[in-house]
Amino acid sequence: MIEAEATEALARRFEALPRLLEKDDDLRGRGAALGTTCLIGIGAIPFLVTLEHGMRLSLARGPHLMRAWRFAVRGSALGWERFWQAPPPPGWHDLFALAKRGEMTIEGDLHPFVAHLQVMKDLLALPRRIAEA
Amino acid sequence: MAGATPSLEDAAVEPIIGRYLNLTIAGRRQRLYFEEAGSGIPLLCLHTAGADGRQWRHLMTDDAITRHFRVLAFDLPWHGKSNPPEGYERETYQLTTADYVAAIRAFCAALDLDRPVTMGCSIGGRIVLELAIAHAAEFRALIGLEAADFQTPWYDTSWLNRADVHGGAVCAALVSGLIAPTSPPATRHETLWHYLQSGPGVFQGDLYFYRVDGDLRGRVAGIDTGLCPLFLLTGEYDFSCTPEDTLRTAAQIAGVETTIMNELGHFPMSENPAQFRRYILPVLERIRAIEAGPQ
Repeated sequence: MIEAEATEALARRFEALPRLLEKDDDLRGRGAALGTTCLIGIGAIPFLVTLEHGMRLSLARGPHLMRAWRFAVRGSALGWERFWQAPPPPGWHDLFALAKRGEMTIEGDLHPFVAHLQVMKDLLALPRRIAEA
Repeated sequence: MAGATPSLEDAAVEPIIGRYLNLTIAGRRQRLYFEEAGSGIPLLCLHTAGADGRQWRHLMTDDAITRHFRVLAFDLPWHGKSNPPEGYERETYQLTTADYVAAIRAFCAALDLDRPVTMGCSIGGRIVLELAIAHAAEFRALIGLEAADFQTPWYDTSWLNRADVHGGAVCAALVSGLIAPTSPPATRHETLWHYLQSGPGVFQGDLYFYRVDGDLRGRVAGIDTGLCPLFLLTGEYDFSCTPEDTLRTAAQIAGVETTIMNELGHFPMSENPAQFRRYILPVLERIRAIEAGPQ
């Protein structure tokens, strides 16, 4: 069950997102107008991420029964693991690079995701700042 | 900075000169902006989709290049400081292969450039391949950066120009991922600024050439590098035109010289000029040696 353990370690890394965002005044400023609820899949582990105006972020680890979200970004454990390396290796360094190689899906009502694309990219890259265990 | 005394020592005028050229391209009058620096072998540089000639400014201030090459870069119509043509407000911009080739050839003819070396990046790299196929005798050498005969699309371009999404912001955010994560922040964000400033629908219109009209699959094998040397250089972090795309293209062209560049992405000349310099200087030296002939 090495894969499950690796995914769990990645999920714990993702759970640091509120703390990482709190330290990033620039990103909170750029994302201040973003309000949405989305689903972020870390391998098989889903997280419901709620962003309220002012970049107030809350995370709820799933699975969730019948919870609605606007869009979902789901990546394989391998995808997130490489995406969060500092620096990430070529071809694994951007959400769309992962999507193009089949390691990520981006689905649902994409308007809030695209309209705030740089903020979403930077937000989901924040765990890169945590040194790998 | 209120009250700071202006200092002559802080001021520096760059050797780049910008001018406007009025000419006819494919039957339409256009007012093109172009910049140049240096003297010697003409080296025409073609910008990426949705950007403009400012991407080449570091080459134009590099004495190792400008002492041997006259470096020129024009903004395509609709881009940078070039105007869209009269009546643009009633049309949807779409770049075609024919219009792109016509713009390059008209610019070279108007400035009486003698068989310029031509280097293009991204859409500029693609059109360099078209020039190699159809107009090789007009150029001393061709350099394609981030060039391939075709690339798999990786997003829906309808997001690039719609009323409820800021066009500049989404274009910049999309291409931000094509810049190597190791590129310096200042040059990364300068590269993105060109996209943030782009006119509505211009990047989308350029991608019509890239994705639809400029598909060169099945045609590049006819390139004669004996007639015109061809160099292809692609950054390892470019996932739009991947190293595999370039290598697949190069495998079909006898005599092409191909380099995969470390720690660079889709915008080598502007995202990390110091790193790009390590790769482009030897290519320009090779071209000078070819020009000089056997010693």
